Amino acid sequence: MTLRAPVPPRAPPPRQHRAWSWRSPATRALLWQALALAGLLAGLFWLVHNTQVNMAARGIQSGWDFLGQTAGFDIGEQLIAFDAGDSLARAFLVGLLNTLRVALLGILLCTLLGTLVGLGRLSHNLLLRALCRAYVELFRNVPLLVQLLVWYLLLVEYLPDASAAWSWREALFLSKAGLAFPTLVAGANGWSDWGAWHWQLPALQDFGIEGGGALSPEFIAVTVGLGCYTAAFVAEVVRAGIRSVPPGQIEAAQSVGLSRRQTLRLVTGPLALRVILPPLTNQYLNLTKNSSLAVAIGYPDLVSIANTTLNQTGRAVECIGVIMLVYLALSLLTAALMAVFNRRVALKER
Amino acid sequence: MKPIRLSILALALALASLGSAHAGKTLDTIKQRDQIAVGVSTGVPGFSAADSQGRWAGLDVDIGKAVAAALLGDANKVKWVPLASQQRFTALQSGEVDVLSRNTTVTLTRDASMGLAFTAIAFYDGQGFMVPAKSKVKSAKQLKGATVCVQSGTTSEKNLADFSRAYKLNLKPVVFDKFDAANAAYFAGRCQAYTTDTSGLASVRAKDAKDPKEHLILPELISKEPLGPLVRRGDDEWLAIVRWVVNGLLEAEENGITQANVDQLKADSTDPVVGRLLGKTEDTGKLLGLDRDWLARAIKAVGNYGEIYERNVGEKTPVGLARGKNRLWTDGGLHYALPLR
Amino acid sequence: MAVWQMIPARAAPERQDSWLAWVRRELLGGWLNALTTLALLAWAVSALPGLADWTLWQAVWRPDADACQAARGSGACWGVIAEKQRLILLGRYPAPEHWRPVLASVLLLALVVASGLRRCWNRWLLPAWMLVWAAFFGLMAGGFAGLAPVATERWGGLPLTLMLATLSILLACPLAVLLALGRRSRLPAIRVLCACYVELVRGVPLISVLFMASFLFPLFLPAGTTPDVLLRVLLGIALFAAAYLAETVRAGLQSVPTGQSDAAASIGLGWWQTQRLVVLPQALGAVVPGLMNSFISIFKDSSLITIVSLYELTGSLGLALSGDPVWRPYMIEGYCFITAIYFVVCAAMSRYSLWVERQQARALTR
Repeated sequence: MTLRAPVPPRAPPPRQHRAWSWRSPATRALLWQALALAGLLAGLFWLVHNTQVNMAARGIQSGWDFLGQTAGFDIGEQLIAFDAGDSLARAFLVGLLNTLRVALLGILLCTLLGTLVGLGRLSHNLLLRALCRAYVELFRNVPLLVQLLVWYLLLVEYLPDASAAWSWREALFLSKAGLAFPTLVAGANGWSDWGAWHWQLPALQDFGIEGGGALSPEFIAVTVGLGCYTAAFVAEVVRAGIRSVPPGQIEAAQSVGLSRRQTLRLVTGPLALRVILPPLTNQYLNLTKNSSLAVAIGYPDLVSIANTTLNQTGRAVECIGVIMLVYLALSLLTAALMAVFNRRVALKER
Repeated sequence: MKPIRLSILALALALASLGSAHAGKTLDTIKQRDQIAVGVSTGVPGFSAADSQGRWAGLDVDIGKAVAAALLGDANKVKWVPLASQQRFTALQSGEVDVLSRNTTVTLTRDASMGLAFTAIAFYDGQGFMVPAKSKVKSAKQLKGATVCVQSGTTSEKNLADFSRAYKLNLKPVVFDKFDAANAAYFAGRCQAYTTDTSGLASVRAKDAKDPKEHLILPELISKEPLGPLVRRGDDEWLAIVRWVVNGLLEAEENGITQANVDQLKADSTDPVVGRLLGKTEDTGKLLGLDRDWLARAIKAVGNYGEIYERNVGEKTPVGLARGKNRLWTDGGLHYALPLR
Repeated sequence: MAVWQMIPARAAPERQDSWLAWVRRELLGGWLNALTTLALLAWAVSALPGLADWTLWQAVWRPDADACQAARGSGACWGVIAEKQRLILLGRYPAPEHWRPVLASVLLLALVVASGLRRCWNRWLLPAWMLVWAAFFGLMAGGFAGLAPVATERWGGLPLTLMLATLSILLACPLAVLLALGRRSRLPAIRVLCACYVELVRGVPLISVLFMASFLFPLFLPAGTTPDVLLRVLLGIALFAAAYLAETVRAGLQSVPTGQSDAAASIGLGWWQTQRLVVLPQALGAVVPGLMNSFISIFKDSSLITIVSLYELTGSLGLALSGDPVWRPYMIEGYCFITAIYFVVCAAMSRYSLWVERQQARALTR
């Protein structure tokens, strides 16, 4: 048997030049995209041009330098020190911190309440199931603004005056002026002197309750209102998550001898959590965006402060731009964090 | 090309052909529309409030009617646009209204940096506090640490901060977006005091308090609040018309011309000032672009300034404000009409 | 040969369908269950009689301010609804013309309900919608055939809520479909544009969009053109809703297998034809619950226009009561009234959504 001689390699085929056609899909695609982009740019240019001409004709000033101006107004609730002589930028910061304060406490409340109500909807007890279902139906089908206004009305109309506040052990006072509670303050030598730390108790003075810390009725109304509203949605998310765990897993756990509590902690929990977390984050985002409704009640959050600044300085475009940018940043940040978390805990399909 | 693509292209071309912005003259727009768009409040009794039939009445409303009568010949050729405090300036800036007659304070910021211009002062006021009578507070300086309801975006908010700092009162503002919300919170007891212009306080007390005697307006005025109509900057003819209508109403009171006697005075009067005002001997209207009867029509429609005041916010009305600083300069007040000649 | 010995009969099994067994299972099964039942019953017994007292037995039903004042604290004053119902439901619409908004809302509601019934899904539905919208705006605005003209700023209350919610949903749906299709497009520019729009709009609160519509739209347009504030707010809500609806529609589009598009291409359908005839019907059908959820949200969000001073149902309640010192103390009863209205409408929509789901499930399992 002899080996055949190898076949000599053929010359490569000549390159074919296809004539570029107007009718090919690639060209059409490019054309449509160019048209869409051009149309969008033209539209944006028209809007911006109109805005500039209108503002120039009316003598409205624009620019971000107004943020350095003195605010001139006080803010009722502040986490950092703020005075009427501080800049508008600092006022916006105070507003942002107030928003975050409401959002964080609201998220805490809605998670706790929502989980309880969601678990209650799955309980073996009929009364509890009916009660939780009534809660979810009621709080989901009424607009949030109406709920916030009702909470505020209840707090402001039906709580007693500060002079007749309901008190618990002289430490907590609940009245129209809010919830006053004792705070820990440093002694004369500052925080490093441990022995001098003491509680500052609220006490009734001429004009209400002074001393200690206080949660205003606006803050309480917004937090409780947001928390209860979002809890109804969280309850449904939790219920869906727990029901998504295949019953076979539970049975397997039981057959291995895990108790009900252990099953919940080791089997149901992690599996349900994977299903619960993305919609749960969505609800947290919704809560943060819904906190902008505090402007209707008088709580000085970011939207309220931007609204005040808009009225005082007339810079409508910049103030509304600030609101949108801040909320957009918060949303994108949360979405990015969620994406990272999802990738880490997502079930690795093989 | 397929029909749907053609129609999209046509739509794009049509949009592109829409003219871009150009500054139009307010007077031309008003004459073409044959109607003035006046921005008023959403309901401040005595200044601009609508009754249940939708008829507007008040001091600011009467000024709007006077301008309409002077310019268009008929006090009813007005479109009343109720504006909340947060929209008032943008509505004027954008052209939605032609004049803002909405008990708005004239300040440097509003005149210089918002593209607006003030015309004349219709009402001299100051900011004050209202407290429940049972709180036994007699002076604003006793309000140490009190919570005060105030409306957002007004000069009241800033003046409150200044007053609080000046007297070290540590006042805590509770800021509401809407006038009604601030009122409701004060009357529900959320705050210990309520602050706005004293005319506004009187108006609120008359309308919203269950028993007006249960609320006390404190004597201190913590700021100057000159209230007057505002127009857009750059429209000098329109500004002149509004300014001189207001001054005309004041001059009418100075010279004893009332709604009842304006026709008779126009026919019979020998006083040269009256003759000039009513267009009998001189035509001041020509200089403004109006006809010679402009002021006579305005006075016939709403009366002179004193009549407007007494009818809307005078002592016989529920609002019950004394003339006080709003008297003519000849009576010791601040209203000094610029001469119409 | 042994004889079979019958074993003794066993006791009959316990009936599980008797009410006693049911009580034992649902209410008393296990000590935690029983404890919960006891606690809830105790709470009901202590709280419900008081609530019933306040709501029903000692409540004042007549519009009598003195009786209401006398019953304050012990009985609700439902008379405030009797007294102020027109102001709450119709806002500041002029009193002699009240029949017009009532007729307009009845027509609109009737058509919405009819559009949900299968037997009305025929070719007369679209002309009916056109006719009813023309009738609605004609009746509300007036100015012809002897009807007195009524400016849009006088419109308020329930007709305004219904109009805004329905019209913004109708405007948002086509835009949402286009955005969802654009986001799945092969053309990168279109895909990026649509994705940017959806993410941007979903990241900001509705309030900021309403502020923008109310304050900034007039600045964006040529001087002298001031579109009506209602139109601006309507556009704002429609643009906002379109972004949320687009995400739901996109989920539906993703659920349609690519084999469907391939099959459509193999029989010669173009891209738009495939989407219109093959993909979209399946996609939209798959996400009807999600869409109905979004519709309910849009309806609830219509209450936010109160913040830009348009007096829909929530705002007209404030208007009716906060300026009236005689009736202002009974605002909580007013809120109960509008809560009931919102609840009825939203609950009806969610029941309808469940019905549609059941119909679909039945259709899929043949």
